[in-house]
Amino acid sequence: MIKHEELIIIGGGPAGLSAAKSALEADLNVLLIERYVRLGGQLIKQTHKFFGSKNQKAKMRGFNIATLLIDGLKDAPGHLTVLTEATVVGMYDERIVTVWHDATYKKYQADAIIVATGASEKFLAFENNDLPGIYGAGGVQTLMNLNGVLPGTDIIMVGSGNIGLIVAYQLMQAGARVTSVLEAAPRIGGYAVHASKLRRLGVSIKTRTTIKRAIGENKVEACEIVSLDDQWNIIEGTEETINTDAICIAVGLSPMHQLLSMAGAKTSYISELGGLVPCVDENNQTSIDGVFVSGDASGIEEASSAMVEGRFTGLIAAKKLGHVTKGFDKDINECRDQLFNLRRGPCGLKIREGIRKLREVNDHA
Amino acid sequence: MKKHNVYVCRCEDVTLDELYYWIHRGFTTFEGLKRQLRIGMGPCQGQICGEVIRRELANFLKKHPADVKTHTIRPLIMGVPLEAIAKAGDQDES
Repeated sequence: MIKHEELIIIGGGPAGLSAAKSALEADLNVLLIERYVRLGGQLIKQTHKFFGSKNQKAKMRGFNIATLLIDGLKDAPGHLTVLTEATVVGMYDERIVTVWHDATYKKYQADAIIVATGASEKFLAFENNDLPGIYGAGGVQTLMNLNGVLPGTDIIMVGSGNIGLIVAYQLMQAGARVTSVLEAAPRIGGYAVHASKLRRLGVSIKTRTTIKRAIGENKVEACEIVSLDDQWNIIEGTEETINTDAICIAVGLSPMHQLLSMAGAKTSYISELGGLVPCVDENNQTSIDGVFVSGDASGIEEASSAMVEGRFTGLIAAKKLGHVTKGFDKDINECRDQLFNLRRGPCGLKIREGIRKLREVNDHA
Repeated sequence: MKKHNVYVCRCEDVTLDELYYWIHRGFTTFEGLKRQLRIGMGPCQGQICGEVIRRELANFLKKHPADVKTHTIRPLIMGVPLEAIAKAGDQDES
């Protein structure tokens, strides 16, 4: 039996929750499907305060933002159904999805779908990279901030993007020692303010440096690092061994495009956006009519952008289904302005370049 | 770099060594390598290893990573017991 739904939102993180809010405010009936036991996505393990403007909940800690977004769904006029511990396992023509939930295989057909599946962590190929004690940075955040377990006492962080820097800082706050942060590029990837906080704690951030191999019998005991030249080649003879009991990999994220890909949505590989991303129009609609995408699934950005994109996409999907809200144009323009501001300046350069390339692909199609 | 202890696919325990064994025998597409090595067929369904193998193939073929095609994504994205699928099918018929 295929159950009919007005709007299905896949993923209950910052993008999905924000999309749900604007769709519910437009009096839409929404089915929100989340894989984890609770809503909030990556926000629930973010213990730090966010930057940006008040519009994107700046100065609040991530897990409090999650609570705020979830509470915000309560009084809206539309009807909300939430499935947690539910995984959308298949997506097909006519906006049909199949869901694994409560030990049952369920089928739904929707008038519109918003895919807000987020991203997964990238992995690095180096010698002995299967040793216990090697973690993804997101995994470490789950372990440390949700479960209260430290991965080790002397930690090497590989990658100096915002995730690497923030997780390194959180590890220090939690009582572990981060001995080094390694960065293959000539410059630190994340915000200077995060890097400065680490440096004040005495953490050395080594640019043009990478991990060559992990060393250990049954678990990580040390790691060999090495310098890189301008062409990212290893400079022989610069190897250095550092004792460590946990290596944390933070080398970027890949958008979770699988559902869109299997449904036949057009995708394009754009490294600035994190890899394979769906080709979307200016309304975040994919090449499949009525299927939208928002948040990291459409290209890696910050949670702040995901919230704005979610709100935007929720409004657009509601309009598509004949629910034009009062003040629609004003709200849409507000979202566009906020996204423009979030992507401004040197930190937004990569994402701007990625979006430009995506538009080019669309124009050639 | 020693290649036998470098894992490119953690789900199916495939090393860089094994990957290059087949690449040197002419299997230079992800789909071809998948049929030899089961890369992309484990729990991650290619989401993790896809990018690692894309980079290796791009290096070997001297192509831009954007021009290397990885795996075709097919349903389902995770294992679902056949019994549950069959039960759902029974409901469709009744």
